[in-house]
Amino acid sequence: MSDSTVSATVHGEAHAQNPALLHHFATEEQQRDASNLGMWIFLATEVMFFGGLFCAYLIYRGWYFDDFAAASTSIDALLGGTNTAVLICSSLTVVLAIWAAQTSRRGMLLSMLVLTMIFGMAFLGIKGKEYKDKFDEHHVPGASFSFDHVAIPSHPDQYANPRHAEIFFALYFIMTGLHALHMIIGLGIFTWLLWMAWKRRFTPEYHTPLEIGGLYWHFVDIIWIYLFPLLYLIDRHQ
Amino acid sequence: MSMATATAVKPVERENYLNKEYGVGSWLLTTDHKRIALLYLISITFFFFIGGFFALLIRLELLTPAGDLVQADTYNKLFTQHGQIMVFFFLIPSIPAVLGNFLVPMMVGAKDLAFPRINLLSWYLYIIGGAMMVHCMLTGGVDTGWTFYTPFSTAFSNTKVIEAGLAIFVAGFSSILTGLNFVVTIHRMRAPGMTWSRLPLFIWAHYATSIIQILGTPIIAITLVLVIAERALHLGIFDPKLGGDPLLFQHLFWFYSHPAVYIMILPSMGVVTEIIACFARKRIFGYSFVAFSSIAIAVFGFLVWAHHMFVAGISVYAALVFSILSYAVAVPSAVKVFNWTATLYKGSIRYDAPMLYAFGFIGLFTMGGLTGLFLAALGIDVHVHDTYFVIAHFHYIMVGGAVMGYLGGMHFWWPKISGKLYPEGWARLAALIVFIGFNLTFFPQFILGYLGMPRRYYQYPPEFQVLNVLSTAGATVLAVGYLLPMCYFLWSMRYGKPAPDNPWNAAGLEWQTQSPPTTFNFEKEPVVTWEAYNYEEIDARTGGEAPIVG
Ligand code: HEM
Ligand SMILES: [Cu+2]
Repeated sequence: MSDSTVSATVHGEAHAQNPALLHHFATEEQQRDASNLGMWIFLATEVMFFGGLFCAYLIYRGWYFDDFAAASTSIDALLGGTNTAVLICSSLTVVLAIWAAQTSRRGMLLSMLVLTMIFGMAFLGIKGKEYKDKFDEHHVPGASFSFDHVAIPSHPDQYANPRHAEIFFALYFIMTGLHALHMIIGLGIFTWLLWMAWKRRFTPEYHTPLEIGGLYWHFVDIIWIYLFPLLYLIDRHQ
Repeated sequence: MSMATATAVKPVERENYLNKEYGVGSWLLTTDHKRIALLYLISITFFFFIGGFFALLIRLELLTPAGDLVQADTYNKLFTQHGQIMVFFFLIPSIPAVLGNFLVPMMVGAKDLAFPRINLLSWYLYIIGGAMMVHCMLTGGVDTGWTFYTPFSTAFSNTKVIEAGLAIFVAGFSSILTGLNFVVTIHRMRAPGMTWSRLPLFIWAHYATSIIQILGTPIIAITLVLVIAERALHLGIFDPKLGGDPLLFQHLFWFYSHPAVYIMILPSMGVVTEIIACFARKRIFGYSFVAFSSIAIAVFGFLVWAHHMFVAGISVYAALVFSILSYAVAVPSAVKVFNWTATLYKGSIRYDAPMLYAFGFIGLFTMGGLTGLFLAALGIDVHVHDTYFVIAHFHYIMVGGAVMGYLGGMHFWWPKISGKLYPEGWARLAALIVFIGFNLTFFPQFILGYLGMPRRYYQYPPEFQVLNVLSTAGATVLAVGYLLPMCYFLWSMRYGKPAPDNPWNAAGLEWQTQSPPTTFNFEKEPVVTWEAYNYEEIDARTGGEAPIVG
């Protein structure tokens, strides 16, 4: 009895001191742990979500190896490489933003969040350019698709099968498209984080939303780190 | 103590989660896990009756050998919509979203799920998905079968495949979010003293289920995205004419859909475990075996998907491996059945309605599981694949098992949920009718399948008619059995006797708070100092007096 009275008052105080502590949590630590675990589990579902696509990709790449190699040469590795660099930079700015919140550097926090979003938008801009190129080259699967008389890199005397190349492009668009969709959602999350930071919601003690937003952003980066070699670099060794 | 005074002052109207606030807004914007559970209860019941209505139409069509009630293509839509609604909008959410939502926080001693707003979001996702499904149904329907097999679904069917796919995609996110919420709650929100080894087995079952929901559902989601993309843009991912691979679809589909059958059955096993412990007044025999068998089922469940593809063109060696693995997954299920039996042995058993449902569950589940072993044997599967034998097998498990557990759980916890007692006599009668109706419906289908009647046909040779008539008769009885609980539950809300806090004299934290519970479940945070299912202790304390029932 006395035990639970004590815990009840401690509970009350914790709530009085921190308006960000939701009522159904007993302590800030519990709330932070729950949010973090929740985000990690969500990312596990994301791994499985992309996993289905990676699985499909690997199967067709095994079957239609040469056609995939031919198709991948039509994708601009320079643009893709630039995007990889852009994303890595954005991951760095996310980490710096969290560090700024932990050390109460408001100006830095705001600028790092803005920078992250600029990198994100740059990524999407470059992606848009790539998509437009594909469109102009008739490499978008569908009625106007054409991939005739493209040589296979390792057998320059043979042409790639356009049907199989079309599967490559289908997977390319679905995988990068889903990834871009995740980036757009990420930009939404970061807009919200920026607004919270602007309202001075984050303190060295309370910055869980930054952390879980950051986890999400890093995850989206990591997906790209796999997509880039699979789609852009598979036959660039000669 | 404070509870006792509260009852003395205001004997009827204690503040609880139902009467705390009124108005539609207070329900549609609630973040209380108990209210959300009721929102799910209403919407899931709605879908159960739509799905059931289609089932009756199917059975009516099969009453006669000729296809005289509906046309072939209408029949295809009927069984497709029946399957999709029952699987994705009733069976998968049923126990987790209703009973799990209501009970998981209370059983671990928490005030709510870890993410109450995400919980509400998951209900809205379910409703959006459901509304899309209903719209799809009303504007033409789908005819691919609930399995969406390609290339039929992507290249040939001229029905609303995309809309149905999107509906299930959206509902899938609801399922993922529920699972995520449960795992975090079970990890981070347990009351002091509620160790892992003191958790009710209902919680372990939901933990295992959540793992499948989290890791499996995204696979069906991406598979549906691919189907939709292929159908809309004529990509060649699954269509062999375009260089794609229809077997890839089946691999991806069953990688989710086999584990999904455990999303349906594991929570039901959890319910049955609670009921058996309470009505046999004993600690569950081999607590940790039952707990870990749930996890084992969840894990093994991911390794056997290709037993649905024995005759689809996979290699003989793959078939062999998947056949053996399928046998392995039966082991943890059998562990549970043995442990329930051992718990019942020498228990002081009471035959109240929840217990009748639990017995029904054990019988029907065993039957379904054993026939699953038949199907897992390559030679037999080649003979009965895509016949009514398979239909009977999975209905024994999913309807006989999962729905029995759901109904048993609804009866067991109804006093807690509604604060009212249901009429026990009617409930026992309903349990009996369901059991008889069920067997009459589905047992003849084993024989039909063995004799060679294929599934998904709207007419059949006349020699199959007797068994089909029996089955249709059974379906009618079953329908009565399912309607009855709905009637007396609704009746009890108005006229039922008020329920005491713990009508069954049961163990478990959810019984230690008032019926119906207050918004944050407990007056003060509970501290757990006893083991799970301490029935011997409870009975020693209370002199083993008979529980109160309606
Ligand atoms: C535990 C709960 C179980 C549930 C809910 C369940 C459910 C189902 C369902 C829904 C189907 C039909 C899928 C379709 O539409 O084609 C099915 C088929 C099958 N089940 Fe089960 N099952 C369970 C247990 C088992 C077990 C333990 C085994 C094996 C040891 C098994 C082996 C099979 C096989 C081999 C098939 C495919 C039959 C065929 O299509 O030829 N099942 N099951
Ligand atoms: Cu299976």
